[in-house]
Amino acid sequence: MTTALLKQPTPTPAARKPNRSFIHGLTSNKKALTGMAVMVIFIALALLAPVLFPGDPSRITALASLEPSAEHWLGTTAKGQDVLALTVHGSRSSLFVGLTVGLLSTFIGILVGLASAYFGKFIDEALSLVTNVFLLLPGLPLLVILAAFLPPGLGTVILVLVVTGWAGSARVLRSQALSIRSKDFVAAAVVSGERAGRIMFREILPNMASIVMGTLLACVIYGIGAQAGLEFLGLGDVSTVSWGNNLFWAGNEGALLTGSWWVFVPSGLCIALVAFALALINYAVDEVTNPRLRKIKTPKDIERSAAK
Amino acid sequence: MRFILRRLGFYLIAFMASITLNFMLPRFMPGDPVSRMFARSQDRMQPEQIEALRKLLGVDDRPIWEQYIDYLHNVFTGQMGVSISRFPTPVTEVISSQIGWTLLLGGTALVIAAVVGNLLGILAAWRRGGTIDSALPPLLVFIGSFPYFWLAMGALYLFGVVLDWFPIRHAFTDGLEPAFTWEFIGDVGAHLVLPALTIVLVSIGGWMLGMRNTMIATNSEDYITMAEAKGLRPGRIMLRYAARNAMLPSVTSFGMGLGFVVGGALLTEVVFAYPGVGYQLLNAVQGLDYPLMQGLFLTITAAVLLANFLVDILYVRLDPRVRSN
Repeated sequence: MTTALLKQPTPTPAARKPNRSFIHGLTSNKKALTGMAVMVIFIALALLAPVLFPGDPSRITALASLEPSAEHWLGTTAKGQDVLALTVHGSRSSLFVGLTVGLLSTFIGILVGLASAYFGKFIDEALSLVTNVFLLLPGLPLLVILAAFLPPGLGTVILVLVVTGWAGSARVLRSQALSIRSKDFVAAAVVSGERAGRIMFREILPNMASIVMGTLLACVIYGIGAQAGLEFLGLGDVSTVSWGNNLFWAGNEGALLTGSWWVFVPSGLCIALVAFALALINYAVDEVTNPRLRKIKTPKDIERSAAK
Repeated sequence: MRFILRRLGFYLIAFMASITLNFMLPRFMPGDPVSRMFARSQDRMQPEQIEALRKLLGVDDRPIWEQYIDYLHNVFTGQMGVSISRFPTPVTEVISSQIGWTLLLGGTALVIAAVVGNLLGILAAWRRGGTIDSALPPLLVFIGSFPYFWLAMGALYLFGVVLDWFPIRHAFTDGLEPAFTWEFIGDVGAHLVLPALTIVLVSIGGWMLGMRNTMIATNSEDYITMAEAKGLRPGRIMLRYAARNAMLPSVTSFGMGLGFVVGGALLTEVVFAYPGVGYQLLNAVQGLDYPLMQGLFLTITAAVLLANFLVDILYVRLDPRVRSN
């Protein structure tokens, strides 16, 4: 994805306002629409969870390990909890952590990338060094080590994921900011005496909106997946209900060995659907902004659009 | 040469950073985890061993810089203390007995995924809009969206428990004596199939898409048109002209992939109870075995840095632009 992003033509200075053809491109792109539809459903489920399944979802409501039935659509766990309630409530923590991690890592990435590109020289060298070191440190072992030393809790999970996740976005955003930094309109802004902060955030940043969006989506996907992985290893906050913790308990209670696949399937499927939807939106952003990746129009397509 | 030296300097800095992180974690974390560990295991240890571990983990009244120098000395001379959970085996011994399995598992999976993924990417870019190009990428991205451990457990359940085709845990059958016999090698191979295949399944999409996107760019270069005009065979143009020039990003990914081999196989090893460093790292975390945890993290980091350095050297061979700078 990175290489594709780097190759895209830089937007012209005229494209300062939110680009209308970009939004139009997204709304007429099938991938983007599918992805957004899935996300809307999940966000609605997360918001409505307390209404749909009132009360504590992890309380014991039925016999243990029941198969899916009319009463419990997705069956029950080995403890006798309703799997559907756990899954719907789990979306709250998973989406929240994913979104928070995504926003924070992208924010740090923007700050580091812009500062690197704008100030250059020593600051760029130093920031790039730190970024590259964090990129190189093996992510999952670092996650495990940090989670082992820090006190368990939701804050720790978010902190650890941001620490291991920001560097990738910083690198992508820096290289994009560098290419915009060398444009004439930035030089003009420097000469006209604008303050550094204004040039970085009002001149350079708006011109890389699509890359920022791509980075944000990638970071959210990373956040959701890494949280699930961490919790599956038992290093998350075991007391919250989330998709990762549902899977941790499923593994702990030997759901698969006893054949209760219905405890195990829903949470994993939800993570996959959300990640896939976000990836679809991300690819759509790529396609809309990078003409080389778009579908080639065959003569037939052109005839068809001409006939309309 | 300058390029290599610069990279070497960078990896040294990165390694120092991870040592420093290792040094600081037990010293500045709230809750004093080290005392908890000692409280649990004090009665099994000799007084001088306790003293050595105290120094290693920072339960120590000396000034911080003195501790730091001591720590560096210990790391570079390989004195990582003794493991708590496998008392009294030294940490270095625990690690060296397990890193081989990790390299075997991760290496096999990486090579298969890189070769097959790149070939698929080449074919997809060469026949744009063909069957491979339109059907495989969405499918692979969808598979890649699943949490890795979830797919691994699904595969374990389906092929290991229900169908009983492959063994589901450990690197070889319990009780079998490790030796260079066909029986043992076959047994190791059978235990390798499920863990390696699941890694290949989730990582192949990245290789394929990366190669495809780079090669689409190379395909529009003039020398490709020229080669076609000369009437060269399509297979030759595809492999020797287009794919060859699209290889560089894949080489970089291979370096990063080598990092994944050592560190990222953690989840695989946990799911399949494969006796590698990742599995041991989680055990160390659960057993509050801080010396082993630190040793493992440093080993993993060192391996990642070394792998990346080797790729850098390879890069100098492959890309003349790097040499001329």
